[in-house]
Amino acid sequence: MAITLDINGSKKQVDVSDDTPLLWVLRDELQLTGTKFGCGMAQCGACTVHVNGTPQRSCVLPVEAAKNMQITTIEAINSDISQALQLAWQELDVPQCGYCQSGQIMSAVGVLTNHRKPSDEQIDNGMSGNLCRCASYGKIREAIHLAADKLAKSEA
Amino acid sequence: MSNIQNSSRRRFIQGTAAGLVIGVHLPMLIGKGAIASPVTTSFDANAFIRIAKDNTVTVLIKHIEFGQGAFTGLATLVAEDLEADWSQMRAEHAPTDVTLYKNLAFGVQGTGGSTGLANSYLQMRRAGANAKRMLISAAAQKWQVDADSIEVSKGKVEHLPTGKQFTFGELVESASKLSLPTSEPALKPASEFTLIGTDVPKLDSEDKSKGQATYTLDLYQPNMLTAVVAHPPAFGATVASFDASQALKIDGVVDVKQIPSGVVVYAKNTHAAIKGRKALTVKWDEINAETRNSNTLHTLFSETVQKPGTSVVNKGDAASTLANASQTVEVELHFPYLAHAPMEPLDALMVYQGDSLTAWFGSQIPTMDQGAIAASVGLKPEKVTIHTQLAGGSFGRRSQPDAGFAVEAAMAAKAIGKGIPVKTMWTREDDIKGGRYRPMAVHRISAALDTSGNIKAWQHRIAVQSILKGTMFEGMMQNGIDPSSVEGVSDLQYEVANIDVSLHDMEVGVPVLWWRSVGHTHTAYAVETFIDMLLEKAERDPISGRIALLGDRPREKQVLELVAKMSADAGPVPKDRARGVAIVKSFGSYVAQIAEISQGDNNMPIVHQVWCAVDCGIAVNSNIVRAQIEGGMGYGLDAILHGEITLGDKGRIEQSNFHDYVTLRINEMPKMDIQIVKSDQAPSGVGEPGTPPIGPAVSNAWRRLTGQYVQTLPFSKGTQRT
Repeated sequence: MAITLDINGSKKQVDVSDDTPLLWVLRDELQLTGTKFGCGMAQCGACTVHVNGTPQRSCVLPVEAAKNMQITTIEAINSDISQALQLAWQELDVPQCGYCQSGQIMSAVGVLTNHRKPSDEQIDNGMSGNLCRCASYGKIREAIHLAADKLAKSEA
Repeated sequence: MSNIQNSSRRRFIQGTAAGLVIGVHLPMLIGKGAIASPVTTSFDANAFIRIAKDNTVTVLIKHIEFGQGAFTGLATLVAEDLEADWSQMRAEHAPTDVTLYKNLAFGVQGTGGSTGLANSYLQMRRAGANAKRMLISAAAQKWQVDADSIEVSKGKVEHLPTGKQFTFGELVESASKLSLPTSEPALKPASEFTLIGTDVPKLDSEDKSKGQATYTLDLYQPNMLTAVVAHPPAFGATVASFDASQALKIDGVVDVKQIPSGVVVYAKNTHAAIKGRKALTVKWDEINAETRNSNTLHTLFSETVQKPGTSVVNKGDAASTLANASQTVEVELHFPYLAHAPMEPLDALMVYQGDSLTAWFGSQIPTMDQGAIAASVGLKPEKVTIHTQLAGGSFGRRSQPDAGFAVEAAMAAKAIGKGIPVKTMWTREDDIKGGRYRPMAVHRISAALDTSGNIKAWQHRIAVQSILKGTMFEGMMQNGIDPSSVEGVSDLQYEVANIDVSLHDMEVGVPVLWWRSVGHTHTAYAVETFIDMLLEKAERDPISGRIALLGDRPREKQVLELVAKMSADAGPVPKDRARGVAIVKSFGSYVAQIAEISQGDNNMPIVHQVWCAVDCGIAVNSNIVRAQIEGGMGYGLDAILHGEITLGDKGRIEQSNFHDYVTLRINEMPKMDIQIVKSDQAPSGVGEPGTPPIGPAVSNAWRRLTGQYVQTLPFSKGTQRT
């Protein structure tokens, strides 16, 4: 069936069965491949996108349910927070294999949106849904702190 | 496009309108219009560097990049002796060509055993040095000056007396007309390094932070089909019959075919393929299947180690020393199967053209994959082209001696017919249930002690499945012993007069594979927890007690002393916590770790802090070394806390995804301090050596805190026993 979605600020029409997870619509239909497949059951966070501004797992969100929502993927994030995070990720060379990192950054945006100066515990709470088999976790924590510090300085 | 005469074996520079190519990499460039000159196949060096007119230097990386830093590490080596500026460096995967791109440690093109940087160290530096000579010669000709008056630094070629400069890009055309220097290049002394030993930024961090890095799963082609395969429910089972009628009714499902490894569902999109597979009815022939469960296997392994196995080491007379000892200590340690579970499940895009096959995937051993694909579809190896892609982790999983997954994808591509691109992908369930696990193992260790607690004899029996036996790597076995079953025990690092090591090679129908640090995943736990317990019994300090037994092993002692100092500098052990230590040499590198833990919920340890000292020879990029050691530690911690694959009724794997194959999350990741020993020794591996010490370090801390020696892994099971 034809479904119109609001993705990265523009309307996209796709013709898919309505139980298709949003993840596969993004990837197979729209070639927005920055959003990754890792488990298919909201266990690993590789597929994290922003739905109405909040991190959500696209692998378990049927496209039908995403119809009237604003979807943002890694390709289109451009807030101060997301830019600060992406720069911190590069500065500290966070990614190893890199496959999970889109999802990590999408979740990290959520952490900094809720906590401008997060504690380690707040970071762990916000990021524990995102697996990294390379165990880049230490650098992820460090990069979120770095981004928070830079944002605080730029606002001061 | 200029024509290149490749008649001379010495001539390896190919000039093109686009750039200077040192060596040959034809397949990758076709379609990009950069080069279309004849292939030179007779050179086995310097096929690694492409300098473009836009002044970029692209290094063709012979190792797959799957997170370990091969792109950045090898590019650093080239840039150092080329005197390039880091900002001009780029990297891409080399094509499949064993002559040019073999791993010098293996003789085939492939990545593994933490050899990537080590085997490339001089080769890449020489490639860079030779390219620099070409640039100097070209500049000398243009300026009509003596080559000795020219210096290269930070990507600039300068005539010292006049200060005239060229960029590399400006010299591409003239350098491309020169012939290769025939003498060995002089390499820079370590004292003049400007890049090696510094933390140059990684070449792939930006793309990977922006979702722009492309992995196999991200590849799409016109008319491409996505394929998933219904695999047998038990290892060794085969398809008896299947009914695809319901699957074919699903919108988007295009076809269903049987291949040797199962039943393939082809669809226009991933969702349809996965749904189609669920709708299949397959009858399996389980006559040859492995149907024993894990409990049965553990019991069998345990019974087996009560008796001596095939002798591996027999020094002195351990048996009679044990029989006559004033005191003996025995333990039996149980290790489960472990899945690798890389974030990107196995996947490959392949097109079968009848007389050729083209493949895009994260090929860890391209020579092997190429040969196996060719054999499976009835082509000659040279008719199979592999484009190696970035891979979302491996930890050993993408390196299968029989190229099992590559063959499955090739069979799936061939079965649907010529010219149709097929992306075969595994779901997480396929991955967790798919075998190729770290083998199950049981160790039984007995020590004879004198009245002062000195170790007089060490008897060690291991029951484990061989990883190498029956594979193309069987030649690595020595006198019937698979070294990967006994590494770390056969070369026991402690000085004991009487040593008896024996191996029981267990036959189980579960396919097994190397898993980050291979045999050390279980042998390090066995040796380092047992020695720690013996030292505690003898009321000796775990650090000085080890050092006293380490004999002539200065590098082991050095990291042990360093890590002890690091933890001591952090202050005394806080109340209700304990520290445990382990030192493991693996893959040529020496890693000592101290873990500080407390007791958390469910009788599980909380690991607060890990101190780590590493001696990996020259650290080319200490940032990457730290990342690999930290990641390796996390991977090992994950396994000892939670990792377990079990076979249940009829041999069915009881885990399926990350909800029941529990892996380490950020909240369990300890803080880690790492110090790298300053060294002028040749670089050794860092991909795996971070993994082995953490298990015993945590276990030793736990035993010192609670009195419980965890002898069955993972902890989530082992701490529940009395």
